[in-house]
Amino acid sequence: MKSVISLLRRREVSLVLFGIVLCAVVAIRAPRFLDPSNLQYILNDTSILIMVALGQFLVILIGGIDLSVASGIALAGMITALVNHAVPGIPMVGIVALALAVGLVLGAFNGFLVSVAGIPPIITTLGTLSIYRGTVFLFSGGAWVSADEMTKPFRDLPHHTVLGFTTLMIAALITFVLIAVFLRFTRTGRELYGVGGNLTAAKYVGIKLRKVNFLPFLISGLIVGIAGLLWVSRYASAQNDTASGFELQTIAACVIGGVSISGGTGSAIGVVLGAVLLGIINNALTLTDISPFWQMAIQGFVILVAIVTNTLMDRRNQRILLARRTLV
Amino acid sequence: MSANEGARESSKASPQVGGGRSVGTPRWVTVVTSWEMVLGMILVAIFILNTSISPYFLNANNMLDATTSFLETATIALPMMLVIICADIDISVASIISLSSVFMGMGAQVWHLSLFWLPVIGIAVGLIAGLLNGIIITRLNIPSIAVTIGTMSLFRGISYVILGDQAYTKYPAAFEFFGQGYIGSTHIPFELLLFIVLAVLFGFLLHRTPFGRKVFTVGNNPVAARFSGVRVQNIRLAAFALNGLMSGVAAVLLTSRIMSTRPNIADGWELQIITAVVMGGVSILGGKGNIFGVILAIFSLGFLRYGMSLVNIPGTVMNIVTGFLLIFAILLPGVLASARRVLVVRSAHARSMKDGDADSERAG
Repeated sequence: MKSVISLLRRREVSLVLFGIVLCAVVAIRAPRFLDPSNLQYILNDTSILIMVALGQFLVILIGGIDLSVASGIALAGMITALVNHAVPGIPMVGIVALALAVGLVLGAFNGFLVSVAGIPPIITTLGTLSIYRGTVFLFSGGAWVSADEMTKPFRDLPHHTVLGFTTLMIAALITFVLIAVFLRFTRTGRELYGVGGNLTAAKYVGIKLRKVNFLPFLISGLIVGIAGLLWVSRYASAQNDTASGFELQTIAACVIGGVSISGGTGSAIGVVLGAVLLGIINNALTLTDISPFWQMAIQGFVILVAIVTNTLMDRRNQRILLARRTLV
Repeated sequence: MSANEGARESSKASPQVGGGRSVGTPRWVTVVTSWEMVLGMILVAIFILNTSISPYFLNANNMLDATTSFLETATIALPMMLVIICADIDISVASIISLSSVFMGMGAQVWHLSLFWLPVIGIAVGLIAGLLNGIIITRLNIPSIAVTIGTMSLFRGISYVILGDQAYTKYPAAFEFFGQGYIGSTHIPFELLLFIVLAVLFGFLLHRTPFGRKVFTVGNNPVAARFSGVRVQNIRLAAFALNGLMSGVAAVLLTSRIMSTRPNIADGWELQIITAVVMGGVSILGGKGNIFGVILAIFSLGFLRYGMSLVNIPGTVMNIVTGFLLIFAILLPGVLASARRVLVVRSAHARSMKDGDADSERAG
């Protein structure tokens, strides 16, 4: 019994339960919701959010925030689409490498400003949010890259399937496994928790702050690069306002998944669940014929509820820890 | 000389620029390397640049009219300064504008209210939204960035729920005075006069009242503030309430200037506002800042954008410039601090050459 209660207290378990209840309610109103094809659609639709939210999670873990992810997606997407249009002969491997390279540069620029120049992450990425978005315009000249200007392999990239899994889902899965292993089993991964949890202690035990502050932005950038390519190839158009406002959804996925905005706590699986929950809500709104204009308000409300629950649960855990300490 | 006074005050209030080492620092070094001086020079440079690229820039009427394009963001920058000095942040302000504008539109088009009630509704909605932010943040003690990310979605989301893809456009004709009117027969926009009054009020509030001193204390060291009897949470709550209130005022001005309301009104303004405040020398970590810096930054950014629009540079490209300015604005204090160290060491060296080696110890 006791173990059941402690299991219920785990963030991930309560998220799954909440997801199941939500699914049941939606399924009563729209039975179509539980169709395997619809569930697959939801996962496919959420894959990019899962990837980028995982990168965002690493940045939030060290007590930072990356507001530039949406602009980065637009920029990486625009550059790959333009290159694909200008030189159709480049194989997809080359395009993927290009996407990674663009993401690397964007992430490294953020990371440099934060870890070397010492500018707070919120200011750095507020600045690069504008800079990257403006650069999209410099490259595109205000024009779109439309579907017929992209090569077929480019447009097909997100739609390949292996055992029923699309490229998008596989990309999300790989990102998840890599980040979960990185955080759980590598020394640097543990150091991210250390720096986010207690900066002073982290300094005293000799964690290299410059590295730990740089790496999350770099990884977030790499993910953003790939996400940009997948985004424009999936929607078969690269625009100047691609993914506008998406950064908030990535932060929302983290917060709903139990990541503390002040850093130091959270798990990769929680972030994935948070992203999927957002995906379910969006899908449910469409299926139950609720106006899409409700989406933003509901998202905001869910974020607020998640934050308040996070805080209250953290407080209780801390009280329990304190009580234990006095007993010993 | 109030300008000098301001510069001196700032060197006390923002040691990020001067390193807080007023002992042994000659006054001219303090003034020349002060943040406000740098901003003033940037503003002059922007004026020279704009005048040289466009013959239409240096026209008094044009310039007065141009101010209205950035004074609405400036109106929110004033209370945002208090919020950031408290070491908080509020990214929901643009969404508050949207919500408040939607309710004014409802008042005009659905409830057919008279002219008097429209600004009252707009400002009241802003105040309520700001209070809601402040209450969640201070009573539950949750980081302001997390809460305002949520309310940013929630407030604008409510606007979308109410308006969808529609727009409110049926405002009474006289309503346009707030955003488009001039004072009497002069060419001074009402928005400019209002901003000057508000800037004086906020400057007085921040730099001349116990409340203002408490704001700085809360941002510098909330624990020490608490122990010295400052009601930390109430000060923060007041800052958020003021921020909401002024977002309501900005909503009145903006809605009146464009005479229509869509849910996406003022989209992305929170970034412009925070950029202006941070460029004005307010530390994002809290505890430091000066109203003169923020006002100079507002006018620098505003006229920069105006100049760029005169030569048809698109808005997104202006954002690149704004983004780099923001980053340089943060980097520059470090550069200034080392420049000041060099100047101090030099003048100390010169002094010790004159006075012999008597005070060389002190100079080190």
